[in-house]
Amino acid sequence: MIWDNNFAVSVIPLLLEGLWVTVKITLLGTLLAAVLGLFFAILRRLAIPVLSPVVSFFVVFVRGTPLLVQAYCAFFVLPAYGLSFDAFTTGVVVIGVNYSAYMAEVYRSGIQGVPKGQWEAATALSLPGSRTWSRIILPQAIRTVVPMLGNYLIQMFKDSAVLSAITVVELMATAQAIGSSSFRYLEPLTLAALLFLAISYPASRLVNRLERRYAPQH
Amino acid sequence: MSAVIEYAPLLWQGLLTTILVAVLSGALCLVVAFAAGLARLSRHRFISWPAGVFIEVFRGTSLLVQMFWLFFALPFFGIQLHPLTAAVLALGLNEGAYAAEVVRGAIASRAKGQTEACIALGMEPALRLRRIIIPQSIPAMLPPFGNVMVDLLKNTSLVSLVTVADLTFRAQMIRSSTGQTTAIFITILVMYFVLSYLLTLFTSWLERRYALDRKALAAQRKESQLMKVGAA
Repeated sequence: MIWDNNFAVSVIPLLLEGLWVTVKITLLGTLLAAVLGLFFAILRRLAIPVLSPVVSFFVVFVRGTPLLVQAYCAFFVLPAYGLSFDAFTTGVVVIGVNYSAYMAEVYRSGIQGVPKGQWEAATALSLPGSRTWSRIILPQAIRTVVPMLGNYLIQMFKDSAVLSAITVVELMATAQAIGSSSFRYLEPLTLAALLFLAISYPASRLVNRLERRYAPQH
Repeated sequence: MSAVIEYAPLLWQGLLTTILVAVLSGALCLVVAFAAGLARLSRHRFISWPAGVFIEVFRGTSLLVQMFWLFFALPFFGIQLHPLTAAVLALGLNEGAYAAEVVRGAIASRAKGQTEACIALGMEPALRLRRIIIPQSIPAMLPPFGNVMVDLLKNTSLVSLVTVADLTFRAQMIRSSTGQTTAIFITILVMYFVLSYLLTLFTSWLERRYALDRKALAAQRKESQLMKVGAA
């Protein structure tokens, strides 16, 4: 018998614990990415000398390099400069910063999509810059951005498996640990794949529906 | 920096492996994309349904899980893959599933009149697909394909986790033997960045080369140049 049912059932609780860590990473990482991405998008839009080009380059650089190598950098390089966190925190920060570069682009397109008349009206009413952003531009920009953020959330859920390489004990690392300690990889890896699918498939269906609802009316 | 210079040949080999993995899995990705994307559009349920399951399963689980599954779980069925084979298969199938959705979307959103005109001219479905529908859809596929390829290139770093000696794998080796962590990792970050930048340049060249209304684009460029001259 290739598939051992009893063994499979016995590892489920451990895998669910791993899944919970994966979910926590995803939620915290998305929160960080959403805030940081917005921050980057605004900085780029404000066209501040030196700072804005630096942010732009950072965004392009992060998008052009692998998450795994970024994770290694944070995990192995930063402690050499006295910045050491536990694997979970490092993982959340790395994946959050990585996705913030993608989200910055999403916000940028959202901000660009706000009609020019809105800016002009804000100027005509002599609203200060902070009020223009917080009360006029961003509420409109973010509305179109919501479904895209959902897509990145799902993407991050799957990508967080990469963090197992820097010893974050999430779903993938748990499955691997079970495999190497029992010499049976088939059940834990298959169950891990099914758990990923069980969450990401319904979630992507939901985001698709959101996408259709929030789609701009043409 | 000395470790980088001393171990440059090793990094170079790693770079070649990374490029090899990217090219092989990129080719597989394209084949899978068209096979699964076209199958998904089939009117026959016994063709479109398996393609749909394939696409959703490979898009719905992590690439790393798939790679580990091919490498560690498949031996339980008596199939022991070479690490490179497992890595290329996982990358090609995973990114292929994403690209299949691109193929499907591009073909599904094409003007319906083209298909109707083909039918009116009495073209066989296979001929219709080969001579009219696919060539027309390719310009629409190129930009998202470019994204998939850049993604694929970056994801080749994951093959180091199934012991393929790519750039990331070599960097880890050099790091553990020299301890010069910063220099090594910054070097390979820059190398990956240059690779993905070159790939972006290539795909945007392809986009321009195969743009549907190339003449219109060229005219537009000429005009904008003239305007610049006029303004100066």
